[in-house]
Amino acid sequence: MTATAHPTLRQATGPAYTRVLAYGAARGEVSVPNEALIGPIDSSDEWIQQRTGIITRMRAEHDTDAIDLATAAGDEAIASAGIDPALIDLVIVATVSNPKQTPSVSAIVADRVGANPAAAYDVNAACAGYAYAVAQADALIRSGAAKYALVIGAEKLSDVVDPTDRSISFLLGDGAGAALIGPSEYPGISATVWGSDGSKADAVGMNATLTQFRDGEVPWPTLRQEGQTVFRWAVWEMAKVAKRALEEAGIEASDLAAFIPHQANMRIIDQFAKQLKLPDTVKIARDIETTGNTSAASIPLATHRLLKENPELSGGLALQIGFGAGLVFGAQVIVLP
Amino acid sequence: MALSNEEILAGLAELITDETGIAGDEVALEKSFTDDLDIDSISMMTIVVNAEEKFGVTIPDDEVKNLKTVGDAVTFITNAQD
Repeated sequence: MTATAHPTLRQATGPAYTRVLAYGAARGEVSVPNEALIGPIDSSDEWIQQRTGIITRMRAEHDTDAIDLATAAGDEAIASAGIDPALIDLVIVATVSNPKQTPSVSAIVADRVGANPAAAYDVNAACAGYAYAVAQADALIRSGAAKYALVIGAEKLSDVVDPTDRSISFLLGDGAGAALIGPSEYPGISATVWGSDGSKADAVGMNATLTQFRDGEVPWPTLRQEGQTVFRWAVWEMAKVAKRALEEAGIEASDLAAFIPHQANMRIIDQFAKQLKLPDTVKIARDIETTGNTSAASIPLATHRLLKENPELSGGLALQIGFGAGLVFGAQVIVLP
Repeated sequence: MALSNEEILAGLAELITDETGIAGDEVALEKSFTDDLDIDSISMMTIVVNAEEKFGVTIPDDEVKNLKTVGDAVTFITNAQD
């Protein structure tokens, strides 16, 4: 075998480990209780609470958009971490509800938080978007492509709801959650278990295209779901993914301090915890009760609240798992800052 | 050996009681899951998944909406066992 001559090239390498340094959160300004939504769906406060666990959801005012929410959450994460924003060289925003396809939310947010000229791009992975973005930030820092990454899940889902829809609209809220991720001296983010199943693309998502709307064929497109199909997948299939994430992290459920699933529906969260046989010592995030389902924003929002209300969780392990339209899913274990 | 209809009904009643707290003797073949037993769609899916495991059958999502009564479910499970 003859040796092949290669040109000399330097490739990047990074630190061995990463971790979340701090969180930030911004919810829509308006609390929308069940009573405000029950008329057009011929329902009741009790009906919504029983099926979803939601008492009220936070929605943004007309002039507030996902970029505003993302900026506020990002600012808090940066301030809380005590990092100079100029050191942030990667901004990833997970979102599916920005009504303008381009430019990206992330480029504008990077500029607004003081991280210009960081690399910036949006991730479209619905309710798994935040877990996807954490996986990317972790990998890009450890590869040397970035040093500090601002990861944000941001949604203004109230722009894509139909007041008469009984499948998903009444669950949805607006908000943004941010995590600042950087190099670490110890392992702070485990291997991500992620994937997709496009054969179930019709189970949840937008009910029409913008071109159909333009051509007058359909009303303004909004979100819809096949509730039973999504429920079965979100609990029993995702329980398998969650168990694999624990295996990949080399830990047991009893090692967890917290379980932070995507805040889709309280019934999913409860059944999910049951399937995982979580011990009582594990705190379960239930931010959905007063925030609603905020898709990509739900995990960082729920984590932010959990840490605010239970500061003793700091330093503990949290299993986070996102799952949603695609279908797509992503799970990892993190050390809480 | 395949279970009899009576055995499937009894097993299904146990699953319904576990999920909803409805007394086992309330669960009869002619009862509608929604109208008579007031079982919502999420509890129905939980019962379906548990029934799959208990009876070793597969109940596809598309089939669940056709299971209007307890009798529909017993018939489906009986046929699926064969």
